[in-house]
Amino acid sequence: MSDEYEPLIISFCCNWCSYAGADLAGVSRLQYPPNIRIIRVMCSSMVHPNLVIEALTKGADGVLICGCHPGDCHYEDGNLKTEKRAEAIVIMLEDFGLEEERFRLEWVSASEGPRFAQVAREFTEQVKKLGPSTYKT
Amino acid sequence: MIELTINGKTDKFPEGKTLLECIERTGIKLPTLCYHKGLTPYGACRLCLVEIAQNNRTTIQSSCTYPATDKLVVNTDTEKVIKTRKVIIEVLLARCPDSKAIQKIAEEHGIKETRFKKRNEDCFLCGLCVRMCQERMGVSAVNFVNRGSERKVSPPFDKTSDVCQTCGACAFICPTERIKLEEVSKNKAVPILHEYNEGLIERPVAFIPYPQAVPNKATIDERYCVHMLKDACGVCKEFCEAEAIDYEQKEKKIELNVGAVILSPGFEIFDAKIKEELGYGYYPNVVTSLEFERILSASGPFAGKVLRPSDKTEPKRIGFIQCVGSRDCERDYCSSVCCMYATKEAIIAKEHVGEDLECDIFFMDMRAFSKGFDEYYQRAKELGVDYIRCRPPTVKEIPETRNIQIEYLADDDMKASREYDLVVLSVGLQPPKSINEISEKFGIELNEFNFCKTSPFKPVESNRKGIYVSGPFTEPKDIPETIMQASGASSKVLSLLKDVKGSLIVPKEYPPEMDVEGQEPRIGVFVCHCGTNIAGVVNVPDVVEYAKTLPNVVYAENNLYTCSNDTQEIIKEKIKEHELNRVVVASCTPRTHEPLFRNTVQEAGLNPYLFEMANIRDQCSWVHMAEPEKASEKSKDLVRMAVAKARLLEPLQKRSVPIIKSALVIGGGFSGMTAALELAAQGFDVHLVEKEKDLGGNLRRVHYLLNGGNPQEELKKIIEQIEKNEKIHLYTEAKIENIEGSIGNFKTTISRKGKSTEFEHGVVIVATGAQEYKPKEYLYGQDDKVITQIELEKRLSKSSEWASVRNRIPKNIVMIQCVGSRDEERPYCSRICCAEAVKNALRIKEISPKTNLYVLFRDIRTYGFRESYYTKARQQNVVFMRYDEDRKPEVSKNGNGLQVEVFDQTLKMPIEISADLVVLSAGIVADEGNETIAKFLKVPLNKEGFFLEAHMKLRPVDFATDGVYLCGLAHSAKAADESIIQAQAAASRATTVLSQDSIELEANISHVIDESCDGCAYCVDPCPYQAITLIEYMKEGVVKKTVDVDETACKGCGCCMATCPKKGIFVKGFKLEQIGAQVNAALEVQ
Repeated sequence: MSDEYEPLIISFCCNWCSYAGADLAGVSRLQYPPNIRIIRVMCSSMVHPNLVIEALTKGADGVLICGCHPGDCHYEDGNLKTEKRAEAIVIMLEDFGLEEERFRLEWVSASEGPRFAQVAREFTEQVKKLGPSTYKT
Repeated sequence: MIELTINGKTDKFPEGKTLLECIERTGIKLPTLCYHKGLTPYGACRLCLVEIAQNNRTTIQSSCTYPATDKLVVNTDTEKVIKTRKVIIEVLLARCPDSKAIQKIAEEHGIKETRFKKRNEDCFLCGLCVRMCQERMGVSAVNFVNRGSERKVSPPFDKTSDVCQTCGACAFICPTERIKLEEVSKNKAVPILHEYNEGLIERPVAFIPYPQAVPNKATIDERYCVHMLKDACGVCKEFCEAEAIDYEQKEKKIELNVGAVILSPGFEIFDAKIKEELGYGYYPNVVTSLEFERILSASGPFAGKVLRPSDKTEPKRIGFIQCVGSRDCERDYCSSVCCMYATKEAIIAKEHVGEDLECDIFFMDMRAFSKGFDEYYQRAKELGVDYIRCRPPTVKEIPETRNIQIEYLADDDMKASREYDLVVLSVGLQPPKSINEISEKFGIELNEFNFCKTSPFKPVESNRKGIYVSGPFTEPKDIPETIMQASGASSKVLSLLKDVKGSLIVPKEYPPEMDVEGQEPRIGVFVCHCGTNIAGVVNVPDVVEYAKTLPNVVYAENNLYTCSNDTQEIIKEKIKEHELNRVVVASCTPRTHEPLFRNTVQEAGLNPYLFEMANIRDQCSWVHMAEPEKASEKSKDLVRMAVAKARLLEPLQKRSVPIIKSALVIGGGFSGMTAALELAAQGFDVHLVEKEKDLGGNLRRVHYLLNGGNPQEELKKIIEQIEKNEKIHLYTEAKIENIEGSIGNFKTTISRKGKSTEFEHGVVIVATGAQEYKPKEYLYGQDDKVITQIELEKRLSKSSEWASVRNRIPKNIVMIQCVGSRDEERPYCSRICCAEAVKNALRIKEISPKTNLYVLFRDIRTYGFRESYYTKARQQNVVFMRYDEDRKPEVSKNGNGLQVEVFDQTLKMPIEISADLVVLSAGIVADEGNETIAKFLKVPLNKEGFFLEAHMKLRPVDFATDGVYLCGLAHSAKAADESIIQAQAAASRATTVLSQDSIELEANISHVIDESCDGCAYCVDPCPYQAITLIEYMKEGVVKKTVDVDETACKGCGCCMATCPKKGIFVKGFKLEQIGAQVNAALEVQ
């Protein structure tokens, strides 16, 4: 593993909480590594497990799903469904020979800019340690 | 125009500029220290040097002083330039090794150490301060003095200056922090305190008041602005690339003709300095709760770090003192919100600092009376917040540590004290300072507490017709109550002005939509500089060039501000000129700017959904400020992802559903009737359904109120109004059999005496009420000398025997509070029982002053103005004794009478009271029928069986399901005036729907592909809105299964899409392929 390795991370952020939290990190000028590519979705529960697996098997080094904290979901309890689905995703990762640490589900509220930056830093670090994905061509 | 070749690229530039100005226009950033846009270039630091080729030779020149002339060939990044610049940086670093600005530039250029001998000075004679003071301020308070190696910056004769205006510009602009205002000026600089941050930090003269300010624009404080005071400076005007600074703006007086006024001037917090014994204003580590709120905030003075003011260290122990400026001799009312905000602040402080932070709350009664509050209070205790019941304490500072000692009389009347690093005063709510002026101006009356006067049955009206009131202006109150009252006031205005409603609205018209069906995508990309917000980090021209290379992109350009009015015109022109059928804007966040751009493309005839944004500011340039190259690469990626999605965008139509302009109100109690009358007054038909024979609900059993008014008379009046109102269709003894449909189009079936009736309506208001708890404890039902408060009230009513015949009232009466409330089974507070007990106690004392009354309580929760009646009861010798929840009172038979034993918490001993009558303050329990109604309407109940609103604080009368609203006891326990307010609020919210002819529904909702769906129904249950149903249909003679989406119920969360194993259902605008295209683009794969 060389020092040069910069992982590429796909992050699905829900429109109401986490995407807003990521915006707030910007408004507050909180710095985090430029490895994350955020894709806005209306709710974290919109993210099909296949999207996660496809991203990882097509060369993403990590996938981060961010949703509202339990109880804060704009769609009542979409985030709780995401949580259940995440368990399934972890099992699928194993089947595909992918490390569990390449996937993460986090709750970030619209007022948690610092938390988003923190999660981005931590997850980038975590994925960096794993080295490039074996699916990376 | 002149032509310059910069780093090999030839471009046109305006004449009369310096080289640096031209270079900056291209997006190339050169390091500078002595350059300032508003000042004459000076060429002191020489960091901006470039290599200029002219007449076959090259020279190194500082670009800030070099005039740009035609045909110059300039290079900013040759080896020679870089090498020379590095040497200069080393020299600067040697001269001022402590300057952060120089250190930063050194770091950016990979210089860790200087090879020159360090001189440890703090000034490298850049002259910014001198130029600023002379050129912009016209003062010359500082200047260069001496010559050669002795040259330095100083006021004349090394003394503080008489002429200095103490503006601080010199200190502000100094790159080495050398200039100290106190060394320059004879006058003492007075900091401008940041109002929004409660004066805990300073703010500049030109400032944005707070991050969420509306409009979110900067303002200039004319009291301090040098330009406005002395016609000097004016630097901000030159800096503002949007040219938004206008010094000529003046206050304007605007005259408006209005039919009604709603007064909501809010409140002011109590000035804690008045309570000298609490040390506020003397001891820095005593702060108000509002100051502490700012300290806790991420956008606050310490960026969310909990620090105490004296030494900016993190406290280990925080003490909260309650009732500061509430419940005292001068202010005999409770501020209603402080118990909960202190609890919240304590919990958040622990979250920020860590579990080990000690938070103690010194209080008299814990007033957690609203929905969900008692559970929150319990949670705080579980999290380790300590509640100390005591008389109002005093504080003193320990001078060595600046810690604060709180001294108090504990629950057992013994003196005690505890030491804290920080003390927070829970200051109360007061009427605004301008209250008397408001009262005079509007001709409205104030009450004894100097708040606006209202009457019990007209809680949103002032004494003057047409002037309505809301918020803490009428009584201290929490957010949900404030929101309800505001909606209630607007309902009243809507009735008053129903004939002119909507007459000032101008509908917006768009050109006919272009048909893009079957067209190859032609994408236009607009990349925003956002002034320097993006362009200062990201190489915008490079991103534009990159965008041009992407498939289907036929046009790309950069804009200084893509959101400016002139750029909207440019976008529209370019759509026409290049026949664009998709538009991508790479700028800030779609959360704030998508609506603007969608409107723009719609104005150009494009479907608004053929638009996509790339967030290269909030999620790129602002978060990768130190990594411009990587940020530029990421911006290209984000643009590529947006273009990939744009390619797959489809025109979407917002669906419009006609609205049936009538309402169903469930429940003919006080709330239901009030809501029905409000709606009828606004001109809408109402179907009012009541399960019992008589209207009135619980109000039928209320005979008098604490704050005056005659409930039975009022009830009679209201029932009469209901019965004669042609707009109200009344169904009594009716049962709701079914409700189907959704916002705008509901269909309800009711049965009455075996006959079934059906009607359609556009909205629903739930006002099903609640019941008094039937006690199982304290011998209730076994001994007729044990009764509930409502039963007592009946005996005390005007027509009763007790009120008319002397000496009928028993000699010794004991009231027991919290019967069926705040226990394991029902952990909530029933809110009204304390005031009910006080009301009945006062009534008894009025009729029979000699009766001995004992009220056994846990906390007396007479919030708001009810407090003064509690005071009155104590003055009239009603004895209040506190019992602990673990040692409840015991009631036993004693001959003909009763015996009550209670463990008194002040005396710490059991006390026996002989009682002739025991009155139980029974709580309020939810109606059993709620469950059925909740199922019909697909709305939730909380675990106690009350209806659960969309948001406890911000949407107190709405459900998450559109078109369904809530009021009265069905929501939670509340007093009659509060029920009126909520009923009016529910009506007001309902009319936001009813006053429209049709409702536009979001276009981004689920859509089924019948061919892909095999009817597995996995998606049916997860749908939070029950919008999906399994259906069967015939195809080629075979029965097939698929699902059907109720388009009015679906909100487009996409849970169904992620559940579907067959790609049979998707959310429009967020299709799997569209999201997948973004993923692929990010990974640069197909």
